[in-house]
Amino acid sequence: MEQLSQLLLAFIVFLSLYLLGSSSLTGCIKIVALQGMCLGVLPLTIHAEGFHPRALLLAAGMFVLKGIVIPRILKYAIREVKIRRELEPIVGYAPSLLLGAALVGVSFVLAERLPVPAGLRTSLLIPISLATVMMGMLMMISRIKAVTQVIGYLVFENGIYLFGLAISYEVPWLIEMGVLLDVFVAVFVMGIVIDHIARAFDSISTEKMTRLND
Amino acid sequence: MSIYLILLGAPLAAGLAALVIGSDKYRPWVLPFGCVVHAAAVAACWRSLPPASSSGWFYIDSIDLLVLGLSSALFLICSVYCLEYLRLRKDRPNRLFTACFSFILAAVTLVCVSRHMGLLWVGMEAATLAAAPLVHFDHNERSLEATWKYLMMGSLGIGLALLGTFFLALSALLQGGTGDPLVIDTLLSGARTLSVPWLKGAFIFLLVGYGTKMGLAPLHSWKPDTYGESPGVAGVILAGVLTSTAFLGILRAFQICAAAGLADFARDLLVLIGLLSIATAAAFIIGQRDFKRMLAYSSVEHMGIAALGVGLGPAGTFAALLHLINNGLTKGVLFLTAGNIHRAFGGKTMDHAHGALRRVPISATLFLLGFVAITGSPPFAPFVSEFSILRAAVNGNRFGVALGFVAFLAVIFIGMATTVLSVVYGLPPGKESDHSAEADSPLMVAAPLALMAAVVFFGLWLPGWLTAVLGDAAKLLNGGAS
Repeated sequence: MEQLSQLLLAFIVFLSLYLLGSSSLTGCIKIVALQGMCLGVLPLTIHAEGFHPRALLLAAGMFVLKGIVIPRILKYAIREVKIRRELEPIVGYAPSLLLGAALVGVSFVLAERLPVPAGLRTSLLIPISLATVMMGMLMMISRIKAVTQVIGYLVFENGIYLFGLAISYEVPWLIEMGVLLDVFVAVFVMGIVIDHIARAFDSISTEKMTRLND
Repeated sequence: MSIYLILLGAPLAAGLAALVIGSDKYRPWVLPFGCVVHAAAVAACWRSLPPASSSGWFYIDSIDLLVLGLSSALFLICSVYCLEYLRLRKDRPNRLFTACFSFILAAVTLVCVSRHMGLLWVGMEAATLAAAPLVHFDHNERSLEATWKYLMMGSLGIGLALLGTFFLALSALLQGGTGDPLVIDTLLSGARTLSVPWLKGAFIFLLVGYGTKMGLAPLHSWKPDTYGESPGVAGVILAGVLTSTAFLGILRAFQICAAAGLADFARDLLVLIGLLSIATAAAFIIGQRDFKRMLAYSSVEHMGIAALGVGLGPAGTFAALLHLINNGLTKGVLFLTAGNIHRAFGGKTMDHAHGALRRVPISATLFLLGFVAITGSPPFAPFVSEFSILRAAVNGNRFGVALGFVAFLAVIFIGMATTVLSVVYGLPPGKESDHSAEADSPLMVAAPLALMAAVVFFGLWLPGWLTAVLGDAAKLLNGGAS
């Protein structure tokens, strides 16, 4: 179990880095969905008493929300907006990859200096959560497209969730559900806004001009 | 029936009723109903603090009472204003606006009555999301961009605050604490045993996270866009209520730090971020042609003043809490009258709006008085609190801080005066006879007038019931017991 959780955590960091270097919107959505699914499975492998109702519920909720529902909303949004596939980031892909790698290093150094709870099965959890938070923030500020900003926010939230996992057994699960619900509502509202952006800009897009041709 | 149930239930029920009612004409009437019940319950709390709920998750202390009282009063007055405002805005469906208006009050109440840092966070997040439809009420490209920025920055802030909350829980758990680590009383009683590095981290993240919601520099960039594009009445809710509620989150973090013996660390950060906010506001308020954006920078300034006050020790804390209330009331006057002037001229820049005194005389007079009050002139209430903060700085031998504070306030006064005087005086564009429809209407003037009366009242006389609560709150925050 321990090795599985370490493998999953490493994979989550890898996915964040991949997101930083990826230019395809649909690709980004697929990756963030995969990351959400990994996050869903993770609680079952981390704590000593893995399979009890609360952990299962949390895992299922996370898996469905972050792995399936939210990516669906995002896919719907980009289909409605009909945005071009390529992105024009403020920070280029290669520099953001390098920055991302540096952030991973920084978070390991930082986590090394902070006291870590003893009950935790894997010491990777806290540095990787900090790295994911920082990479998500990097994506939010360095990208222009609304959809990529939302994806950056999801990565940021994933990192916070990872940190929450370190303490999930002691905090009442109402808070965990609150976290899930809020992520959902945030993206839901953002989806509506994206939809509005689509409508507002449809009227001024050049697509309408081609309709008069035939 | 528990008082907490009434406080949370009344606005929630009003919001749900607004969703169900089908008529745009009658729907706004649910707002005053919900707000009156809420205000009555808050008044009852003010007479005698209710006992904690059996779970220990709900409790009101003096700090909560101040924010709750301010929020309830502002909501009550805005709900009356909304009746007339929504009648004039028949062009837009008001279902979402009305429902979310009530939901914000419910969420803000949750923040105030909860005795749990996690629940407090849930309330803040709910309030942030519920405010988005208010910002987007006009449904045009400008308001869409404003809503987008508001949601992105709001979500980022709320995410950072959640991380800070987790840090706080971890700092308690490391020392082998049992039970729920985020209950505020548990945190306060065991504050000395909290893990110091994680607690410091928690304070920084909570300060930046809730500070984003409050509009403290450097994460204030969403504020001018959001306040500029929202209706005036939404501006009151954002600048008067949501900022104060976010400040409550920072105050809680400060209270825990003070109890843990980290008061100096927290105070230094608050003074730093407070002065930075005041300086940022001073830099951007000069030459601001858009009077709603000007009010947004003024809000950045006053949030900075509140943070600065708490950073200056017990005397400053008392003044900062008073300032929170004075700022909320005065911002109410300014945003409501700015909304009236905006509507009368169909624009919110100096190019569109000038000579407001001739077209909407009462609104323009109140706007002018609100400006004089907010910049800290006697005999209005903000003067009392700003002067007390200055005195706290001088008495604490922080002469550099005091000097910077006064200098920035002077710059802001000059900057705001240029814009406000140009809007209020002069000749209005076009012929007056064409604009008789946009004249002041009774309800829309009565609301800011009532707030202005409160600003004058608190400026001339601080009633004993208020100073008692303020004193108790300042004592609680600086490590004392009630």
